[in-house]
Amino acid sequence: MIIIGERINGMFKDIGEGLRNKDPKPLQHWALKQEEGGAHYLDVNSGPAVPSHERPEAYEWMVKIIQEVSELPLCLDSTNYDAIEAGLKLVKRPALINSVPAERAKIERVFSMAVTYNAALIGLTMDNVGIPKDAENRVAFAMELVAAADEFGLPMEDLFLDPLIMPCNVAQEHAPEVLESIRMIKTLANPAPKTVLGLSNVSQKSPDRHLINRTYLAMAMACGLDAAIMDANDDALVDVAATGQILLNKSIYADSYLKVFRQR
Amino acid sequence: MAVVLVKERYQSKVGEVVIGATSEQGGTRTSVVKVGGDGTLPFLHFEGKMENRPVIAMEVTDIVPAWNNIIKDQIGDVISNPAAWAKKCVEEFNADLIYLKLIGANPEGENRSAEQCTQVVKDVLAAVGVPVVVVGCDDPEKDNEVLAAIAEAASGENLLIGLAEQDNYKSLAAAAMVHKHNLIARSPLDINICKQLNILISEMGLPLNRIVIDPMIGGLGYGIEYAYSIMERARLGSLANDKMLSMPMICTVGYEANRAKEANVSIDEYPGWGEQEDRATLWETLTATALLQTGASILCMRNPAAVKLVRENIADLMEKDA
Repeated sequence: MIIIGERINGMFKDIGEGLRNKDPKPLQHWALKQEEGGAHYLDVNSGPAVPSHERPEAYEWMVKIIQEVSELPLCLDSTNYDAIEAGLKLVKRPALINSVPAERAKIERVFSMAVTYNAALIGLTMDNVGIPKDAENRVAFAMELVAAADEFGLPMEDLFLDPLIMPCNVAQEHAPEVLESIRMIKTLANPAPKTVLGLSNVSQKSPDRHLINRTYLAMAMACGLDAAIMDANDDALVDVAATGQILLNKSIYADSYLKVFRQR
Repeated sequence: MAVVLVKERYQSKVGEVVIGATSEQGGTRTSVVKVGGDGTLPFLHFEGKMENRPVIAMEVTDIVPAWNNIIKDQIGDVISNPAAWAKKCVEEFNADLIYLKLIGANPEGENRSAEQCTQVVKDVLAAVGVPVVVVGCDDPEKDNEVLAAIAEAASGENLLIGLAEQDNYKSLAAAAMVHKHNLIARSPLDINICKQLNILISEMGLPLNRIVIDPMIGGLGYGIEYAYSIMERARLGSLANDKMLSMPMICTVGYEANRAKEANVSIDEYPGWGEQEDRATLWETLTATALLQTGASILCMRNPAAVKLVRENIADLMEKDA
């Protein structure tokens, strides 16, 4: 299970302020803290804290100061592809691009960028019309992205498909459809593409966030989930990821498996 | 149409362990042995690199062992002199290492002192130039005392010492750490305990590249398939980047194969089984060669005739275009 720490995001107050004041401390603090928690990748997202035209420069700065303190690879998260490309030029370890929807113009830009910079790529099962309600239409978009990987020469193991989970307090019907999508995506190619979720979305604005995240992670792992952008500092959630790997027989049990899972 | 081989891509490889130290490295060995480092399942040269060939450690004991005459006759008079026996193993039987087992230390037997045991180790080190593996007498308390003394006396030699077990690893791990030796971590045919023991030892601060796994084995006909599958899981784990299973493995082939009735009874008793000499030699040989196929890096062996056959088998298997 690949854990992508979600916390370096301009939507959070401390990160937003760090971005506005060019203060590296909060970003570096969360880089280290998430690594300690069990993150394998660090998501990096300026959010709206930086005006669009300043984002390439902001991503350069973020990549630089995070790499000063952490060896973890980065997941460059933006809809501004110039910003992502600026970051890709500076990463020390192969990055993960977050993300591209199933829209032709964007596919052309982002898949070739991933191949050029030896990066992995998150593809979203949606287009400019929006997110499908059911599994079948999500998987149709997934298939377009799988075909694009083939077309542009991105290794299938480097393609992460995100079937887009919605908050269960307002769009409950999506949760089972996303599970079914994960199952189906794993059958689209051999080797199979990877699957990823923005896990915390499932529990948006619900008072029982932690419980919902933990439960859904276990369910999604059983369907074939490979990675999650998630709260790497919710210890019980990381424990669910570690335990899921054991119960799916993906790593070999030892009494200290929870501790070993967190070692980098 | 040409057949395209389907090749597996592995994420990681087996860790490499160096045993022995030359004079430049602070020891007195004339050569060192490297084991592990492989990036593929055993001998699949087309999928990945077999970094180091498997090696044979010939077993020598500090007091005359109760082995069958098929083996004893080949060793000859030197069996009562560990240093001369070790020298013969290297010079006549081409052993890559010596596996020195201090059975004389056993409190139930001769109960030899730590000083006496240390002297035997020193004598063997003086007699041979190859690296040396030293294990105790299977009495945890006595082993801790004896091996701590040996680790100190042989500081700099980069021995491989053992056996650390789940209920008794701290003293040995500390001795290996302080005096810079490698450590054998033994688990009872159990992949989960194997992994846990490696975790516990590494938590004490011994680097992973100083640990060798002894998974315990069964001899041919006595559970070898069980040992095979456990070793296979460990090897697959290490190739899938499970750092806590990525150590090379040592197998006590001579001990297990020669416990079998088939290695010890004469043709008079079992006329249908054929000559004991051939049977005993093949029993140890086949136990060894089966385990080579599942990832054994160090084979501890007794019978010189079996050693010769296994050595040839290793040479054949290491040929890339065979």
